[in-house]
Amino acid sequence: MAVVGAGMSKFGMFADKDSKHLFAEAFQDMLSTVDKGVDPNDIDALYLGNFTNDFFVHQGHWGPIISDLLGLAPKPATRTEGACASSALAFREGVLAIASGFYDVVLVGGVEEMSKRSTEEVTQGLAMAASPYEVRAGFTFPGVFGAMATAYFDRYGASREHLMNVTIKSHNNARLNPKAQFNVSIRDIMDQRVEKARNKREPVPTWRDEKEFLRDPAANPVVAWPMHLYDCCPISDGASCVLLAAEEITRDFTDNPLYVAGIGQGSGKGLHAKEDLTYFEATRHAAQEAYGLSGLKPEDVQIAEVHDCFSIAEIIHMEDLGFFKPGEGHRAVEEGLTRLDGSKPINTSGGLKCKGHPVGATGTGQLVEIWKQLRGEAGARQVPIKNLRVGAAQSLGGTGGTCTLTILERR
Amino acid sequence: MEVRLFNDISYERFLSEDTLMGSRCRKCGALFAPPRAMCIKCYGSEMEWVEMKGRGKLAAFTCIAIGPPFMIKEGYDRKHPYVSGVVELEEGVKVVARIEGVDGSKPEDIKIGTPLEVQFLHRGEGANSTTFLAFKPS
Repeated sequence: MAVVGAGMSKFGMFADKDSKHLFAEAFQDMLSTVDKGVDPNDIDALYLGNFTNDFFVHQGHWGPIISDLLGLAPKPATRTEGACASSALAFREGVLAIASGFYDVVLVGGVEEMSKRSTEEVTQGLAMAASPYEVRAGFTFPGVFGAMATAYFDRYGASREHLMNVTIKSHNNARLNPKAQFNVSIRDIMDQRVEKARNKREPVPTWRDEKEFLRDPAANPVVAWPMHLYDCCPISDGASCVLLAAEEITRDFTDNPLYVAGIGQGSGKGLHAKEDLTYFEATRHAAQEAYGLSGLKPEDVQIAEVHDCFSIAEIIHMEDLGFFKPGEGHRAVEEGLTRLDGSKPINTSGGLKCKGHPVGATGTGQLVEIWKQLRGEAGARQVPIKNLRVGAAQSLGGTGGTCTLTILERR
Repeated sequence: MEVRLFNDISYERFLSEDTLMGSRCRKCGALFAPPRAMCIKCYGSEMEWVEMKGRGKLAAFTCIAIGPPFMIKEGYDRKHPYVSGVVELEEGVKVVARIEGVDGSKPEDIKIGTPLEVQFLHRGEGANSTTFLAFKPS
C-alpha cells in the first residue's frame, strides 16, 4: 500500500486554536496534496493518535469527534494511545487494516493541544507516560533522558558539546521550515538577543559563536543535567495526517505515491529494568521488524526523521536504527554527516526540538516531512541527494516504552 | 513474618520499614527488584522475598532543576537542583532512586561508578507519609 497524501497544521502555541481547528487545518492541507484528488466519502476509516487530551482538555473520546468534524461519521473512528508515538501507532493500525484487506482507503493522523495548560500541568500530564518508579525517584522526562546521556557520555567519551551540534543543526533546518514552531537558527536567536539588549541599552552579550551561546547558563539554563533548555523539545499544539490507499488503487490518487516498504513496533522497559542505559531496545526491535519486512538495510535509508524529544535521543536513535555504530552517532553529527547537505540527513524538518512536539501529532508529522522530501517538495530545505527514494520515520513513546519505525519508498 | 503479596504496595511498605526488598523465583532463582509476582524468566509463580544488602554503584544520574510539585515542596528549584539516578545493586539488579549526599549544582563532580549505600527518606505524617528510596556515597 502507499501514502497518497500528507498534511499538517502549523505547529506552535496557539491560544485561539483547539484540537478540532488544528485537525481541520491538517486535513485540508492533506487534501491539497492528493495529486488527483480524493472524495472524503471514499475514506473507509479513521485512526487517530492522541495522548493527553483526557488530561489537558478533559475530553477523551477523540475518534468520533474528529470523524464528525471531517464529515466522515458514521465511518469507524479509532483512537490509538502510545504516548508520544500515538499517531505512529495510528499509522501502523491503518497499514495493518489495509494489509488485511479490510479497508482500501484509511485516514491516519494525530492531534494534541498542550499550550493552554501551565508548564507544571503539562509536565505532570506527560509524566503519566513514565514508569511509576521513575516518578517516585523524582525523575522528570528530561531527567530520564539526562540520565541516559550521562551513561552514554561515560561509555563513549561524549560530552555536552556533542549535544550542542544536534541543537545547532536542528535549528538550521527548522529555519527553512515555515511550519516549524521555532523557524530560526541559533545564530538568529543570538542576533535577536543582541539587538534587544542594544535597544534597551542593556549590556550587549558577546557570544563568539553558537556554542558559546549554548554554554552560557543565562541563555541556556540547565533543566535536568546534562539536558539544558536548548536540548529539549517545546510544548506544542498541532495536528497532522496522511492518507493510505491499497496498492491496486494507489494510481487513482497519484502517479507519485510513497509505498510503505516496512513498519515495525517494539516495547521497552523502565530505566531500572534496562539491561543497558545507552540504547532503546524498543527502537532496535522496531528497526529489525521494519528492515526485515522491507528487505532494506540501514544504509538504504537515505533520510530519516528520528524522535529527538531531547538532543541525546537523536544520537541514540540513529545508532539504534543502524545508521551509525553504537557510540559513533555523536561523531557523525560533529562531522556534519546528518546535516541537510550531509550523507545521511536527519530531521530535515527541524525535528521535535524545533518543528515542535504536539505529542499525538508527531508520528504522522514526521511522515509529512518524509513525504515532502521524497517527492522533492521540501522547498528551501530539500536535500540535495540525487535519486532520493527511501526515507524513514522513527517514533518513541514515553521513556522508551513504545517505539516504531516506518520506511517509505518511491518506486 | 506475615504474608505480603509480591507487588508495589508491599515494596513500598517494606521501604517505610527501612528495608529494600526484591523477589526471587523459587524455581529458577531469578531475582527481581522492585519485586515481581511472576517470574518472567521461567514463568514460575512461587516467589520468595529477599532483602537487598543496599549497596551498589551509580550507573546513571541527572541533576534536576525543574522538578515535580512534591520535590519543589521539599525546597528544590533552579538554584538547588536534586539528583536522581540509576543504581546497580551488588546483587546485579538495578533500581531508580534519589541520590543524596552529592551536590546537584556541581554535576561535573558526580561520577558514574561511585559506590553507594541505601538510605530511606521518610516524608510526611500519618496517612500522608511516604518513604523515598535513596542512595548516598558510602
